[in-house]
Amino acid sequence: MTGYRLSHGGGRIDRGQSIDFSFNGKRYAGLAGDTLASALLANGVQLVGRSFKLHRPRGIVGAGCEETNALVQLEHGISSIPNVQATMIALEEGLVARSINAWPSLTWDIAGVNDRLRGLFSAGFYYKTFMWPDWHWFEWLIRRAAGLGKVPVVPDPQRYEARHVECDLLVIGGGRRGLAAAAQAARDGKSVLLVDLDQGLPSLEGVRTFEKTAALGIWDHGFVLAASEGRVIHRIRAEQIILATGKQERGIAFANNDLPGIMLAGAIGRYVADYAVAPGRSGIFFVNNDLGWRSAIEAAQCGVGVRAIVDARPQVLPELAHRARAHGIDLFFSSLVRSAHGRGRVTGVTIEKPDGLSRLACDFVGVSGGWNPASQLWTMAGGQTKFNERSQSFQPDGLVANVEWAGPEPIEAEPIWTVHGGDEKTMFVDFQTDVTVADIKLAARENYRSVEHLKRYTVLGMGVDQGKLSSVPGAMILAETIGAEPGTLSASKVRPPFVPTAFGLIGADLRGERFRPRRYLPAHEWHVREGAVFEDFGWERPAAYPVGGEDIQAAAEREAAAVRSGVGLFDGSPLGKILVAGPEAAAFLDRVYVGTPSTLKPGRIRYGLVLNENGTILDDGVYARLQDGSFLLSPSSAFADRMVRLLEDLLQCEWPMDVVVQDVTEQYAVWTVAGPNARNVLEALQPSFVLSSERFPHLSVREGQLDGSEVRIQRVSFSGELSYEIQVPAGQAVQMGDALMAAGKPYGLVPYGIEALEILRIEKGYIHVGTDTDSETQPGDIGFGGAIAKKQSDFLGRRALTRRSSLSPNRKQLVGLTSLCGGILPVGGHVRAPSGQSGGFVTSSQFSPVLGRGVALGLVEQGQRRLGEIVEIVSLGKRWQARISETVAYDREGGRLDT
Amino acid sequence: MMRIACPNCGLRDEREYAYGGEAHLDRPELDCDDQAWEEYLFLRANPKGEHAERWVHVHGCGVWFNLIRHTETHEVVAVYVMGVARP
Repeated sequence: MTGYRLSHGGGRIDRGQSIDFSFNGKRYAGLAGDTLASALLANGVQLVGRSFKLHRPRGIVGAGCEETNALVQLEHGISSIPNVQATMIALEEGLVARSINAWPSLTWDIAGVNDRLRGLFSAGFYYKTFMWPDWHWFEWLIRRAAGLGKVPVVPDPQRYEARHVECDLLVIGGGRRGLAAAAQAARDGKSVLLVDLDQGLPSLEGVRTFEKTAALGIWDHGFVLAASEGRVIHRIRAEQIILATGKQERGIAFANNDLPGIMLAGAIGRYVADYAVAPGRSGIFFVNNDLGWRSAIEAAQCGVGVRAIVDARPQVLPELAHRARAHGIDLFFSSLVRSAHGRGRVTGVTIEKPDGLSRLACDFVGVSGGWNPASQLWTMAGGQTKFNERSQSFQPDGLVANVEWAGPEPIEAEPIWTVHGGDEKTMFVDFQTDVTVADIKLAARENYRSVEHLKRYTVLGMGVDQGKLSSVPGAMILAETIGAEPGTLSASKVRPPFVPTAFGLIGADLRGERFRPRRYLPAHEWHVREGAVFEDFGWERPAAYPVGGEDIQAAAEREAAAVRSGVGLFDGSPLGKILVAGPEAAAFLDRVYVGTPSTLKPGRIRYGLVLNENGTILDDGVYARLQDGSFLLSPSSAFADRMVRLLEDLLQCEWPMDVVVQDVTEQYAVWTVAGPNARNVLEALQPSFVLSSERFPHLSVREGQLDGSEVRIQRVSFSGELSYEIQVPAGQAVQMGDALMAAGKPYGLVPYGIEALEILRIEKGYIHVGTDTDSETQPGDIGFGGAIAKKQSDFLGRRALTRRSSLSPNRKQLVGLTSLCGGILPVGGHVRAPSGQSGGFVTSSQFSPVLGRGVALGLVEQGQRRLGEIVEIVSLGKRWQARISETVAYDREGGRLDT
Repeated sequence: MMRIACPNCGLRDEREYAYGGEAHLDRPELDCDDQAWEEYLFLRANPKGEHAERWVHVHGCGVWFNLIRHTETHEVVAVYVMGVARP
């Protein structure tokens, strides 16, 4: 036990209020106001984790958001939060935390053997060491041993909240400069918001203050995300931002500088002053700047045993030397700590003095290797930095629109990054990712000469702390190694978030159905009543209506057979319904569709394709001419929204014509009655129009009444059977469904779902764009070459169809594929070309109950010219023989459309 | 996340808009040569600096418009309605 609570002092703690908590299964007591880190130190807990790669014992290093070692898993019952910095956790009664990386246990650690094998774990070790004979032999071990925390196994039960905030001025950082800037702006009448990581800030008149709030990043136009206590995310829009983020201390790389008990000098100062916690009874401070002295002297003043200050510089302000001597501190100038000693914790150091080496016993070490401006947010905002020789740091430089840097004056420091003479493989630069001076030098030897390459090769700065301690020393050591001028290599750029942040917090309210709302059919309750099994197809749609213990496949086959032999009822409500009207509607649509809508007569319907300018099929569907100047388009369900946007884009940007577009998709439900008895079912509902094929032929549209309701009926078919698509106002969907079921009862009408529809359309060779076509498929590839040859005028994608590649005879074309053994071909299976390579693939495949065999569609090179040819289909090591056939497998003459 | 002034609705967050690529591309006639078509379809200016581009207020009034954005600073230099020449 080395750390302990001092008998007096501690500006943040309440000695009257004890708080119980648990760490790695042991119970401890801390005080109100403690952080988890200060409470652990007060309890003498030095060892808080094992390092990521080498599993070396590690202790608390910092006191704030710079902490790199003390990452814990915070546990709440079965859920937990990984990678939380112990220095940022306010102690709460009953808090349960565990070290994140200590498999199988913190004190007896089998992977500690890695430390003795560390030669294997040098920079780039993943790429070099584990490639032979096969990475997968090692993967399980590495994944288990090299983790940062555990991913929780249950959905995050935490409720997060998002708030939107606007202000004239956002001040980030509540130190002296931040408070002054905020107060001044408030006096000037601005709305001011101040955020700070800490708590206990003075309240300023006219200033909103968010404490315990981390600014995570700065984006365009004054947009800032800030997280309060990990539970509330503020989406802030500020006209002006002042960054008063202060400075951060850095370490010095000497041998064994990662032993528990070795901390940042400034962190020791904070533990002593704020929490009355001493990290030990006999300390040595190793510094290169005056602030390091002040930390040592403050600790001594509060009663902490400080044995010596070791300063790399030849002298210091007489006032500092005087005060240190007054506390009985030995002073060593022009001296360095060459190495630390101890097993599991520091017990002494070797000092390199002008007159030689000597060894001093101690139980803690405070290191101050200089100070960096906390410029992470500045660089995220696009700010530049400039090397400052006196402070050996990269200071914000130049201007960023609406962002002002209000950081502290640079602190003068001696350039000292590494202490030569020790084992470089134990001189740690990045503790969290276990990167040493030896790793940086190896990377330099292997010609990784930019900080970005160094970062990726060694993983320097890639931990959850994003190298707050390591980035600048790493860049400086690389520069030193390759002989570059100091300051010519700056630290790699930091990305949001500035502190580790839960994904749940970033998403906040936008989770589950709030992120992606489900779309329900107008007749959803009707389908529930009919026993539908739903699937998400962008809408919640019935996949099938199983009866008597059927599975989906059996139900789909029964439903499809019923449509072929009797009559079925399908809910096609998601089908797009877009009204296009105006004097130039027909001329406009001629430019959109492959076909020629202007030649369509009112009351009639035609099938058409829509292409993009690259000639690729975007969608297929029918369009109806309702009147001379008005059309109703029926793009497929998945394309309806995009179709509306495409038409608006064309009308507003490309062809300003006298046309209006109105999306009425959700205004109407669609019931499709399909099958040989479809007409009989409709006849039973007193239609106000004649249903005979002479008066109401295939591919025509009628408006009128059915069962007393206003309807629009399109005679189109996606099943190959006689089929009526009945559009009713969405509010009457259930009523019309009930009426059709009742009218269909004498004919054995059954509801059918998407799976049966799939069987029916594949039997008929009707394509589904995106399934039977891909990003290369053009109209000619699916048999629409003729339609294009006839059309003279321009339309979307037409020019692309005349390119050489579009005219090539080797294109993949849509064909039917028939398994020779009658089985079902695998979707995605490849058609073997004579070369042995893939010459196409199966796009859709189903068992056809009416044919008693499998039916399939595929895209096959030169397929239309190879009808009858036998090909081999290969999938996942299995082979099938199949015959290339016509796309239409059932009722090729189409007689059933007009029963 | 930028803020963009819709010509109809005023200043709104970027999340209300969708990007529509480079502005002022002239669609060639059907009988253009392959090179003209390639330039229209595939080649874009991609400048470091001021870029004229199309946006649509998709979660708002639905209007398409042009704006000039500085690609390095994301400063919106100008917003102007469709059909007007680049200022």
